[in-house]
Amino acid sequence: MDLYQQLIIEHSKRPHGSGLREPFGAQVHHVNPTCGDEVTLRVDVADDGTVRDVSYDAEGCSISRASASVLHDLVVGRPLEQVQRTREAMHGMLTSRGEDAGDEDVLGDGVALAGVSRYPARVKCALLSWSALADAVLRVRPC
Amino acid sequence: MNAAPTLAAAPFDAAELAALRADFPILSRTTRSGRPLVYLDSGATSQKPLAVLDAERRFYTEHNAAVHRGAHQLAEEATDAFEAARAAVGAFVGAPAHEVVFTKNATESLNLVAHAFSTSTAYAQRGSAPQGQRVDPRFVLAEGDEVLVTEAEHHANLVPWQELCARTGAVLRWVGVTDDGLLDADALDGLVTERTRVVAFAHASNVLGAVADVARFVAAARRVGAVTVLDACQSVPHLGVDLPALGVDLAAFSGHKALGPSGVGVLWGRAELLEAMPPFLTGGSMIELVRMERSTYAPAPQKFEAGVPMAAQAVGLHAAVDYLRALAPGGRGMERVEAHERALTALLLERLAELPWVRVVGPAAAADRVGLVSFVLEGVHAHDVGQLLDDEGVAVRVGHHCAWPLHRRLGAAATTRVSFGPYNQPSDVDAVLRGLHRAHELFA
Repeated sequence: MDLYQQLIIEHSKRPHGSGLREPFGAQVHHVNPTCGDEVTLRVDVADDGTVRDVSYDAEGCSISRASASVLHDLVVGRPLEQVQRTREAMHGMLTSRGEDAGDEDVLGDGVALAGVSRYPARVKCALLSWSALADAVLRVRPC
Repeated sequence: MNAAPTLAAAPFDAAELAALRADFPILSRTTRSGRPLVYLDSGATSQKPLAVLDAERRFYTEHNAAVHRGAHQLAEEATDAFEAARAAVGAFVGAPAHEVVFTKNATESLNLVAHAFSTSTAYAQRGSAPQGQRVDPRFVLAEGDEVLVTEAEHHANLVPWQELCARTGAVLRWVGVTDDGLLDADALDGLVTERTRVVAFAHASNVLGAVADVARFVAAARRVGAVTVLDACQSVPHLGVDLPALGVDLAAFSGHKALGPSGVGVLWGRAELLEAMPPFLTGGSMIELVRMERSTYAPAPQKFEAGVPMAAQAVGLHAAVDYLRALAPGGRGMERVEAHERALTALLLERLAELPWVRVVGPAAAADRVGLVSFVLEGVHAHDVGQLLDDEGVAVRVGHHCAWPLHRRLGAAATTRVSFGPYNQPSDVDAVLRGLHRAHELFA
């Protein structure tokens, strides 16, 4: 089974950036109604558009926790434009049904989540924190 | 009268089980991991024997027509088949045919009942009941009247009642669940008041597996004249159930959990009560006389069956209940099914009890359960448990099983549920244990 890469297990057991922190510009709460997974996510964006922090409290499976941990690594300290590109790349890989292995230069450890795309029931788990992030960013920076 | 002593029914032996399993072609397929399918999600939906598939196909190849309309031969045959299904399905739960309403599923059955209250209430307030429909005070709700459910209900027996309260100003109350994961039945008497108009509860919990003390609910409800509504989705497919004998007023169950096709459910109700209830879905088939201004309606059960009904599915369900009854001589197959599933449940409970990192929810003894067990692996999310079981070829349910408030009460975001059907075998429990050990090693 190619789903549970060692990297995913490590991220899920010791998630990076976990816990809710101050200050933050927006907080959102997203749920996956089919399984009851929940994430509360905060973003703090500087005036120049750099993401200063993403903090979160995630209740969910290893895939959703690992995805939130990877998100923290990929997003903190990056400009919003880059965050948007990263998010699109992650979304594209996860919904590719095994066609897109992901670009490690863009997605870092996130490429370990590529196997999720072969398990349609789990794609939502991996997308939960990314959807929450998109929502939170919109609240900080309405387009 | 032959007074031969009734022997306790036994689980199916290996030869019986092999023959039974051969009736379910899907059980011989393999999964993407290359392992044979071990199907343990019958609580969500059961697999179907060939007899059911053949009956549905035969209906379409030989008799198909829209039932209750048309005077041609096919229409007569289709109508006869549909009505024969009503009689057989009724007999399966101890009820006469005219007390059986076919619905799309159990969820629709429960919504039908909830709407009978709000529609009756609207008729009473506006004086707008159709001719021939008396407005029964048992179905008329006043502001502050109470609807009693339990904290363990499936969303299908909770959300329709929440919505009924929103439409009428009635108040929702519920029997809580104790820390041990059991219904707090001692609280029942205090919760049933003069304002209680409905008591709706599951016969068997789809998460806890616990079988409710129906007599106690019925006695409490009768004391105040409240209507009792039983969600029998997890009992009818797994226990021998005589709905009228239980003393409840109305009961819902689904066909697809009882080896039948999807798309057909049942509402059973005492004839007198069904007559007192206004229709839910309206249109063709359920009418008596239609004029442009207003219409009158057919007697129950037709009053509740608007549109061309699911005849092939009803015929399939007829074959399913025949199949279940025939699993033992004298039509007593459900006794064997119950014994068989209970033995598997006991085996699973025993094996899980050996694992200190597994927390089972619900009653400790198989005798207090239908054939399902939900549990939590400490430190491992149910989705991950389900995924590793899937990799063993084992299909179980993970999540909140449409009982989110109950999971909140149990302090579990999600559980893993193993639910048995008559076709399961002891080696299926071994496969579950293999997957659980893998999950524990990988994540804990």
